[in-house]
Amino acid sequence: QEKEELIEEWQPEPLVPPVPKDHPALNYNIVSGPPTHIITVNGKECINFASFNFLGLLNNEKVKSAAQASLKKYGVGTCGPRGFYGTFDVHLELEERLAKFMRTEEAIIYSYGFATIASAIPAYSKRGDIVFVDEAACFAIQKGLQASRSNIKLFKHNDMADLERLLKEQETEDQKNPRKARVTRRFIVVEGLYMNTGDICPLPELIKLKYKYKVRIFLEESLSFGVLGEHGRGITEHFGINIDDIDLISANMENSLASIGGFCCGRSFIIDHQRLSGQGYCFSASLPPLLAAAAIEALNIMEDNPDIFQTLRAKCERIHKALQGISGLKVVGESFSPALHLQLEESCGSRENDVKLLKRVVDYCMNSGIALTQARYLEKEEKCLPPPSIRVVVTVEQTEQELDKAASLLKEAAQSVLN
Amino acid sequence: QKNGISNGTLYKKTFIEHFEQAPMYVAVFTFVGFAVGTIFGYLRDFMRAWGLEKRNIAAEREQQKDFVPLYQDFENFYTRNLYLRIRDNWNRPICSVPGPQFDLMERVTDDYNWTFRFTGRTIRNVINMGSYNYLGFAETDVNALKTVTIELKKYGTGVCSTRQEMGTLDKHVELEKLVAKFLGVEDAMVFGMGFATNSMNIPALVGKGCLILSDELNHTSLVLGARLSGATIRIFKHNNMQSLEKLLRDAIIHGQPRTHRAWRKIIILVEGIYSMEGSIVRLPEIVSLKNKYKAYLYLDEAHSIGAVGATGRGVVEYFGMSPDDVDVLMGTFTKSFGAAGGYIAGKKGLVDFLRTHSHSAVYATSMCPAVAEQIIRAMKCLMGLDGTTQGLQRVRQLEKNTRYFRRKLHEMGFIIYGNDDSPVVPLLLYMPGKIGAFARRMLEKNIGVVVVGFPATPITESRARFCVSAAHTREMLDTVLNALDELGDFLHLKYSRYSKSSHPELYEE
Repeated sequence: QEKEELIEEWQPEPLVPPVPKDHPALNYNIVSGPPTHIITVNGKECINFASFNFLGLLNNEKVKSAAQASLKKYGVGTCGPRGFYGTFDVHLELEERLAKFMRTEEAIIYSYGFATIASAIPAYSKRGDIVFVDEAACFAIQKGLQASRSNIKLFKHNDMADLERLLKEQETEDQKNPRKARVTRRFIVVEGLYMNTGDICPLPELIKLKYKYKVRIFLEESLSFGVLGEHGRGITEHFGINIDDIDLISANMENSLASIGGFCCGRSFIIDHQRLSGQGYCFSASLPPLLAAAAIEALNIMEDNPDIFQTLRAKCERIHKALQGISGLKVVGESFSPALHLQLEESCGSRENDVKLLKRVVDYCMNSGIALTQARYLEKEEKCLPPPSIRVVVTVEQTEQELDKAASLLKEAAQSVLN
Repeated sequence: QKNGISNGTLYKKTFIEHFEQAPMYVAVFTFVGFAVGTIFGYLRDFMRAWGLEKRNIAAEREQQKDFVPLYQDFENFYTRNLYLRIRDNWNRPICSVPGPQFDLMERVTDDYNWTFRFTGRTIRNVINMGSYNYLGFAETDVNALKTVTIELKKYGTGVCSTRQEMGTLDKHVELEKLVAKFLGVEDAMVFGMGFATNSMNIPALVGKGCLILSDELNHTSLVLGARLSGATIRIFKHNNMQSLEKLLRDAIIHGQPRTHRAWRKIIILVEGIYSMEGSIVRLPEIVSLKNKYKAYLYLDEAHSIGAVGATGRGVVEYFGMSPDDVDVLMGTFTKSFGAAGGYIAGKKGLVDFLRTHSHSAVYATSMCPAVAEQIIRAMKCLMGLDGTTQGLQRVRQLEKNTRYFRRKLHEMGFIIYGNDDSPVVPLLLYMPGKIGAFARRMLEKNIGVVVVGFPATPITESRARFCVSAAHTREMLDTVLNALDELGDFLHLKYSRYSKSSHPELYEE
């Protein structure tokens, strides 16, 4: 009888806590029309400094017509996962082209950018394996690590000394228990260009550490694919490293290639494993063929015009220089990174107030015709929460006047809001 | 055994599900088959290790030979020796729209499935019994795709931003309003990928200190979402209400495992139609249990939205219940709407919470606008908003096709799992040798089927899974049924012990 009483008395929490009406994420910007160079946000026309459309391929006529042709032939959806008649010839073609472009043996495509790295890591790293990951790794990597149930060791952002210290500690552990050490796999997960800080990772030193301590490297190139390197092949081309030295390169096609989805490339020995054990690959419908066709066309354009990478880099340098010296805001990011952050030089105390202050800066700019956005994070879920910032994205379509206009507008906004 | 009407007042129509057990000799032969395969596998591995047979798989780099090996040899034993022999039945590339018929690219293997080579020919007009095309919206008809073409020209293909930054387009807002209207709920939110919808939103809804009760046969995305959330997971037997009730009672009475504190929330994860079994969830019973024990219900309608129900609104309508009974309605657009992506719908408070706290809204790109337009036009067609009754006709056609197909298969004597009304039809094959034989011979007859074995199904219950579509005509279904009849006799697949005459007209009054 007391059991019935217990059942009667138990009250669960409400399914979701109520969200306050003025939560910043609830009143988001609605874009009417395509998010191209001139974007209409909340009814106002602005120049787009917020979408990751680095190579301007979102509005490219050739890409659109390739997608149209594919739409006529295949319809929209694929109606099945890759294993059950969801593999189209466009998928196979895209995989071959990506592998050829990146000069690796094989590539594998996922239908969603977030799921790419979040499925790739758990396919190789299981319970008991050790992963050394940078503190500023993006959320998708964190979720992949959580799903893999391995031991995670964070090292300070871009600090090779810290990483070496951790590796040495691991080595001493290994000597105590050599049998276990022989079956524990070790990985380092880094990003080419970090989304959260705009820095580049010191890849040559990492390669040295790799061979010294026998750790495999997984490189996430979402921001650096199509940006760094002479031909846009990413950070390995930028540093001149042999691509076979990196075990797995994962990138998403949603930034430079202006499509949807992601891919992993590397040697067949490594990539083939994901075809049976990558969860986002086996248990999910494949990429709609029109998006795959658009990505193939975008790759064609990238291969035919290798000078856009130079142009993009010049523009990044220009705006990086122009944004220096704004009172109250500091620029975070490398000079050739197309996605910069503007953080407050001194915080006002609480994160909420910082966010509100930055929102006023963003609103000022939006009202004067430059579309910017704040970098959004899930405050409670991130391992190492970056400070609130404004995200500035450079694309090849922006002219020099527009870059200068944006810089001067930001200066004005900072002056009026922060002083 | 068959389940008839249970608890008569709760179910408004008969709920008949079949999960017939095979005769004992079948189980014995299945085990023998696997044992033989395993013995040969060990033999081959031995020969490869000693160099008597060529190694065809890719190998590790020379410079990295002294690293810790990436794969354990044993992990891949099954893949190398059993899966590889029949690998040509999966990942078959197609080169046309995945409608009721499609064109396959011809693939041959010169070295027993280690590598494949395309001959360049296509096999035309293969009847498609494998794609999830329940309502037939995977089509290339120019009129049907008119609006999609216009939107593609206008918006392009990518979005390049997340929902909370600059990625919410007016198309998404339109789509969300339409989804909410279609399902009869207050609000909805759409995401770019169906798998990711589950794995990114369940962690936002539950966390440590909560309890998840999940069905035995839930899809990988639900399992992954539950694991990522950090809550305690308990599994109840497939569609078994006694098992679920027992777990609920135990949970509330005893509380959390060591501290015996009360659980913060209890959430039940079920699917509308289970894709490997073809069974439909017992929704009325679950809802009454949920109301009695104050738990929350998360319903994943990936396969059932658009496919069951009088007007295609899913299991909620199929059982005649109201959408308010379910707390979180989730579904995907890949199956019945011929597009890609997923949605979560429910009360406005829930959706607002997800807009702010879902991992997908903050870190993942939003849906492509052309794909959103395809969903909009498919939904308008289903709701009748485009002025025709085509939507309703498709739903009726699917229902008719499903009933006909299942009835005929029963009459022929195959063992079919699942509910009589579900368009997913698993046909049991049991023995590993028959998996490969079945799929290859069906392809020779120009019919493409999907076969599944271990590990997607229990080791003794490999099956072929048919997905009936509204676009299949009676002739196509008859072709398939005749082929199945022949093949069933040839491969001895007709295990069912409930003999049914295939000519009922001869003895019916």
